[in-house]
Amino acid sequence: MTVEQIGSEGKDQFPIGMRVLAVDDDPTCLLLLGTLLRRCQYHVTTTSQAKTALKMLRENKNKFDLVISDVHMPDMDGFKLLEHVGLEMDLPVIMLSANGDTKLVMKGITHGACDYLLKPVRIEELQNIWQHVVRRKKKDRCNSGSKDKPHPDSGEAAGIGNVDNNGKLNKKRKDQNEDEDDERDENGHDNEDPSAQKKPRVVWSVELHRKFVAAVNQLGIDKAVPKKILELMNVEKLTRENVASHLQKFRLYLKRISCVANQQANMAAALGTADSAYLRMGSLNGLGNFHTLAGSDQLHNAAFRSFPPSGVLGRLNTPAGLGIRGLPSPGTIQLGHVQNSGNPTNDLSKLQSFVPGNHNTNILQGMPMSLELDRLQHNKSVGHIGELPTTDSTTVFPGSGNLVDARITGFSNNPLLGVTSNSLMLEGSSQQATSHTSVSAIGFQNGNALSDFTSIAPASNQLQDSKAGSQGQASPINCNAGQIIRSAPQEWNAPRKDAPYQSHASINSSIPINSAMIQLGQCLDRNNSIFHRTTDLDSVGPLNFVDPLSIKHGEGDNSIMEPSVIEKEGYLMFQPRPHGSHVPDNIGSLEDLASAMMKQEGGCNGYSLRTSI
Amino acid sequence: MDLIQLQRQLVDYRTSLYHEGFLDEQFTQLQSLQDENNPDFVVEVVSLFFEDSERLLNELSKALEQQIIDFKRMDAQVHQLKGSSSSIGAHRVQKLCIVFRNYCEVHNVEGCLKCLQQVKHEYGIIKTKLESMFQLEQQILNAGGSIPV
Repeated sequence: MTVEQIGSEGKDQFPIGMRVLAVDDDPTCLLLLGTLLRRCQYHVTTTSQAKTALKMLRENKNKFDLVISDVHMPDMDGFKLLEHVGLEMDLPVIMLSANGDTKLVMKGITHGACDYLLKPVRIEELQNIWQHVVRRKKKDRCNSGSKDKPHPDSGEAAGIGNVDNNGKLNKKRKDQNEDEDDERDENGHDNEDPSAQKKPRVVWSVELHRKFVAAVNQLGIDKAVPKKILELMNVEKLTRENVASHLQKFRLYLKRISCVANQQANMAAALGTADSAYLRMGSLNGLGNFHTLAGSDQLHNAAFRSFPPSGVLGRLNTPAGLGIRGLPSPGTIQLGHVQNSGNPTNDLSKLQSFVPGNHNTNILQGMPMSLELDRLQHNKSVGHIGELPTTDSTTVFPGSGNLVDARITGFSNNPLLGVTSNSLMLEGSSQQATSHTSVSAIGFQNGNALSDFTSIAPASNQLQDSKAGSQGQASPINCNAGQIIRSAPQEWNAPRKDAPYQSHASINSSIPINSAMIQLGQCLDRNNSIFHRTTDLDSVGPLNFVDPLSIKHGEGDNSIMEPSVIEKEGYLMFQPRPHGSHVPDNIGSLEDLASAMMKQEGGCNGYSLRTSI
Repeated sequence: MDLIQLQRQLVDYRTSLYHEGFLDEQFTQLQSLQDENNPDFVVEVVSLFFEDSERLLNELSKALEQQIIDFKRMDAQVHQLKGSSSSIGAHRVQKLCIVFRNYCEVHNVEGCLKCLQQVKHEYGIIKTKLESMFQLEQQILNAGGSIPV
């Protein structure tokens, strides 16, 4: 054993003495792994409990260089651990499993694993794992070193593995504000004093974003110029450049969701609700497109705007749905579709269809909720909001009447919306397994939707009004998770507090979807979180869908990872930047996306998604 | 039996286990990890495997006796068994686990029951064989010899 080699001696002889933490619940495998690692001359610490591992890491993150973890563990999912470690400690993590399914491997990658090994592990594979440590160190060095450079591109590039969301944000902003005055001129400096170089970080919190959206709405999206927005917002230390870059992102976001919104609008129309926003929400089902969010965004927007009261919710089917831009006819939106669970309420059925038949789009599932909200307004029958692909009928959105059972099972594959599902609210109906993802997706969607909504100033106005109305309606959105439907807008403001999200356990509160819908509108203002990556969910209030997501994570350690995770993901989503690592391309990623979205504000929304994983 | 004979017997026995597919090269790797710093490594790991497997097999039996069978949990358990058996090179057990998992996925109770029986059977065999092998090794060591590789 080369235990003696740890310490400076070990470091000098790197990779000899590299400190590895090995986690595996199977004692046989753990012993084997530990022995193999020692044979490679690493310094090894083993534990069979993921929680213990986290504790050790938290105590002193500098105690280890690398973590190797099994995927299937009883006390905590390996991916969850992966997220935590990535977010909190920024250490390279290698996943280990006897199952080499492409999907799982992809999931590992999207969660940030730097490698994925198959059991039984061979010593040859372990002999090279030190490369991941070196690689990460280099990335970090680049990140910090980039400050000198005018454009911290490396920072961005490294950002993928970087837990520092703010940094990323800042870097991005920096790039955008390249030619900005003041802080910008620091670029030329050789020694980068990060603070000097970039503008003081501006974190677009939910509150801030809300103000931003409100200002934009007030001015009218076409007439919104940074200077005026800044004046309206009246926030100290916010510069015109900050607002300008944020506005730019926001516009992109709006564009993206406009297509989605259209679809949703159709759906909403189908529902007969005037809140296109809701539709939008539902249209988000296209979780599949979550990545692209754009699609969903579009749906949202579409929904908002057009909200044709066609009653046919149409199915936002997934990716296709998302891109439904032109789907004015609710045909695409099959709300009823969603409702596999056979929601009792008629409205629900409508909503169900909302749930984008495409199971894939779980994300949109959140949308149905919106529809429901609308419905709620009109009649409490909407119980479907929950339609979101939740398997459980826990109507996420307390549809006016019986959202409770809005099982969005229709979402089937896309657990995204699991809204109704018990746990996440948005749980994908059929896919419990993927519910995580779905939930997150939904949450995400919601978040996004929300943001979209907010952006859709005009729409939001509608919503807002309706909100007022709907608030009262409070259809008992019974999200199983309860959380999802957070009642609302209020919740959003609270940046992801777990409590708000989670507490929604029974959305029976009036917030219900109506408010949600409205909120959407509001959220739009508020949320542009998408851009900010803040939890849109917050603003969205109605989207409680999101909440589930957040709620999920509320489970506890959410906060840990989520923010960064979401951020990253959120970033990916909204900003079409290929940070990609976190952008979940697959369902799993949806969760991430969702969570990312949620997280943006640090919101918990995303959290739940994530934790659900 | 004298030392040389014992050693030869051990080698033959081990070789046959490989040939018959009871063990695979993973077991060889296990053995390569055993050295003077870690003289009982193989026995240690294999013992852990026995303990763990027996526990898992018991749980699987119980699970299949329930009214409502929790396939998901069973799948996770079989997965674990697969992982550990592959880690020590118990080839046949590992292969059966794969089949077992397939049955779990499609919720085929009959298939699962059958598979469980087979796994138990194979597990019993490999356990006996490995124990015999360890005994032989011990005899060699007692006789003052060293274990041939």
